[in-house]
Amino acid sequence: MDLLRFITAGSVDDGKSTLIGRLLYDSKSILIDQLEAIEKQSKNREEGEIDLALLTDGLRAEREQGITIDVAYKYFSTPKRKFIIADAPGHIQYTRNMVTGASNSDLAIILIDARNGVVEQTRRHSIIASLLSIPHVVIAVNKMDLVDYSQDVYNNIVIDYAKVARATGLKDVKYIPISALQGDNIVERSTNISWYEGGSLLDILENTEVQKDLNYKDARFPVQYVIRPQTDDLHDYRGYAGKIISGVYRVGDPVVALPSGLKTRISGIEINGKRVEEAHVPQSVTLLLEDDIDISRGDIIVKDEALPKTEQELEALVCWMDAKPLVPGNKYLLQLNSRVVRAVVKNIEYKLNVNTLEKDYSPGRAELNDVFRAVIKTASPISFDRYDELRENGGAILIDETSNVTVGACMIQ
Amino acid sequence: MKQYRSDYLDHLESEAIHIFREVAGQFEKPALLFSGGKDSITLVHLALKAFRPGKFPFPLVHIDTGHNFPEALAFRDNLANSIGEKLIVRKVEDTIREKRLTEPVGKFASRNALQTYTLLDTIEEFGFDACIGGARRDEEKARAKERIFSVRDEFGQWNPKLQRPELWNTYNGRIHKGENVRVFPISNWTELDIWNYIRRENIQLPSIYFSHEREVLEHEGQLVAYSSFIRLDPGDKIVTRTVRYRTVGDMTCTAAVESKADSVEDIISEIIATKTSERGETRIDDKVSEAAMEDRKKNGYF
Ligand SMILES: Nc1nc2c(ncn2[C@@H]2O[C@H](COP(=O)(O)OP(=O)(O)OP(=O)(O)O)[C@@H](O)[C@H]2O)c(=O)[nH]1
Ligand SMILES: [Mg+2]
Repeated sequence: MDLLRFITAGSVDDGKSTLIGRLLYDSKSILIDQLEAIEKQSKNREEGEIDLALLTDGLRAEREQGITIDVAYKYFSTPKRKFIIADAPGHIQYTRNMVTGASNSDLAIILIDARNGVVEQTRRHSIIASLLSIPHVVIAVNKMDLVDYSQDVYNNIVIDYAKVARATGLKDVKYIPISALQGDNIVERSTNISWYEGGSLLDILENTEVQKDLNYKDARFPVQYVIRPQTDDLHDYRGYAGKIISGVYRVGDPVVALPSGLKTRISGIEINGKRVEEAHVPQSVTLLLEDDIDISRGDIIVKDEALPKTEQELEALVCWMDAKPLVPGNKYLLQLNSRVVRAVVKNIEYKLNVNTLEKDYSPGRAELNDVFRAVIKTASPISFDRYDELRENGGAILIDETSNVTVGACMIQ
Repeated sequence: MKQYRSDYLDHLESEAIHIFREVAGQFEKPALLFSGGKDSITLVHLALKAFRPGKFPFPLVHIDTGHNFPEALAFRDNLANSIGEKLIVRKVEDTIREKRLTEPVGKFASRNALQTYTLLDTIEEFGFDACIGGARRDEEKARAKERIFSVRDEFGQWNPKLQRPELWNTYNGRIHKGENVRVFPISNWTELDIWNYIRRENIQLPSIYFSHEREVLEHEGQLVAYSSFIRLDPGDKIVTRTVRYRTVGDMTCTAAVESKADSVEDIISEIIATKTSERGETRIDDKVSEAAMEDRKKNGYF
């Protein structure tokens, strides 16, 4: 069985949490005691029906305010697939939490309230989905029950959104009219929307191909930790522990350690202490090398067929996630997989206007939730790929050294 | 080109091993909090995969409430012994005595809340900067919200409204002195995933997870193990039932389920067919309020 990770995104109150509740409810993934608990809470709030959003809004503050603050992760499976759902907040104030949930997703469902059409947060989340290179996007036009299941309303929104999709460069975009509250087109196709010809939302989720999104070509192995038992029988054992984030490694393969550039060959691959001949993404393994060269955490072991860039300057599209603004010249730590280096943001080239999708070339500084392109200089060399070519080795975070908080998400260009 | 495929359990396993190695790479003094239940036993199995043939770069730490199942304690000692890793045990009993804490009273007086004191003292005693735990997001709605690297302040408190962004598989474990990070490598596993993995990897578990006869007290629909830790009231009847445990916590706050399942296979069939959640069926302490778990976490609980 394979795995699909997806996120629900879109503006506040567009029905993301309700949709997930509905998906779990209609696929019979909610257990009796969980249902009883939300039924009780729904009644506490003097509402007639059960409020399915309560299933994911797990914090007291969320239940009190009726909004989602941070991502909730939910799990369900059908005979076809296991799903990991990230229910993101729609509120602009919590955009960084949406970014958190989106960063690991194979697919994004972006909801649009049929009554409101495309709004600023729809565009913002679309930009983020595009920046993060989420491979598949489903535009779910929700609350169709409130517009009499009108095909015209739906078509107009599709036409409108197609412009956003083009401008943001989203590739695989599907559209579906739904009512999360009533359950139309969620698990079963709805008779209320007979003019819609595609499958239900669950059909789409079950049938979107994701295995081929894995990259078996470019070999990348960031070293996380060096295993050195130093016992009598394993005196000279040095195992490089890490996860193959892309590509395939075989015993005997010539490899290069970066950023040093030192070359050697793979003398052994171990999984769980046992020798194997080959290993591939996404396995966590231990590599043994022929020569005793200097490699430690933060280095990356690659094959020299397709090398990443190794430089001290890079350009990146950045989502700013901190209340403290970024002023060019500010210093941070930059973490790319296991490598952490000192970095300075030299300048901001442009800032993206979320409404017009135009570039503002005189941005000054960047504030919370801004998306911008910046030049970053690092104190020592770092080996990276372009995010849109190899997202596993092209996404870095910026850390504020004084607060230790993660303040920026960098998609390296 | 050759076709490679990965099962979802392979993804989950690799993700967990990666998280373990990030802890080893980023922290000076980590610890693995070991409860003796199936989730922490699974953690130990994953840690073996992450670090063998080397030693674990952390000890196993057990906060012993004094209300544990004897089977779980024996299993704990055996496991630590057989893998040759260090086990540190700290007792809630001692904290109660030294700090003159008030023992909770009542029918099923639980030391669950007092555990937090012993845990925080132990973190301070050894200077642990990261504590690895076996919590899963499918267990409870507040847990569903927590990051994999969850930063706690000096008082062990979780601030759910101000969690760090956590992108891709990049974990930021930087903290100020006095703070610590709780790390949850099996965040994305469900109860069924755990059992499927236990079956696949042939992981050994304490006997109480499998069907056995036990003297229990039937209380409000739940079966509580008869022990000296619970108070019997007039009218209480002790009966013998064929049961197993779905979770293993304290004897006072974990209930048994009636079951004849005596193999991992049978347990998996039962879990697939079940209509109640793990916590709903077996935890006596979560029903107090909607936000019971959130509140405990805010106070430093795991
Ligand atoms: N009529 C109707 N109401 C809906 C539908 N989907 C959601 N709602 C209602 O819209 C309101 C907001 O729903 P939520 O699911 O909480 O919205 P959300 O998108 O999760 O909101 P945030 O997470 O705070 O951004 C609730 O009152 C829902 O009952 C729908 O299909 N039809
Ligand atoms: Mg919501």
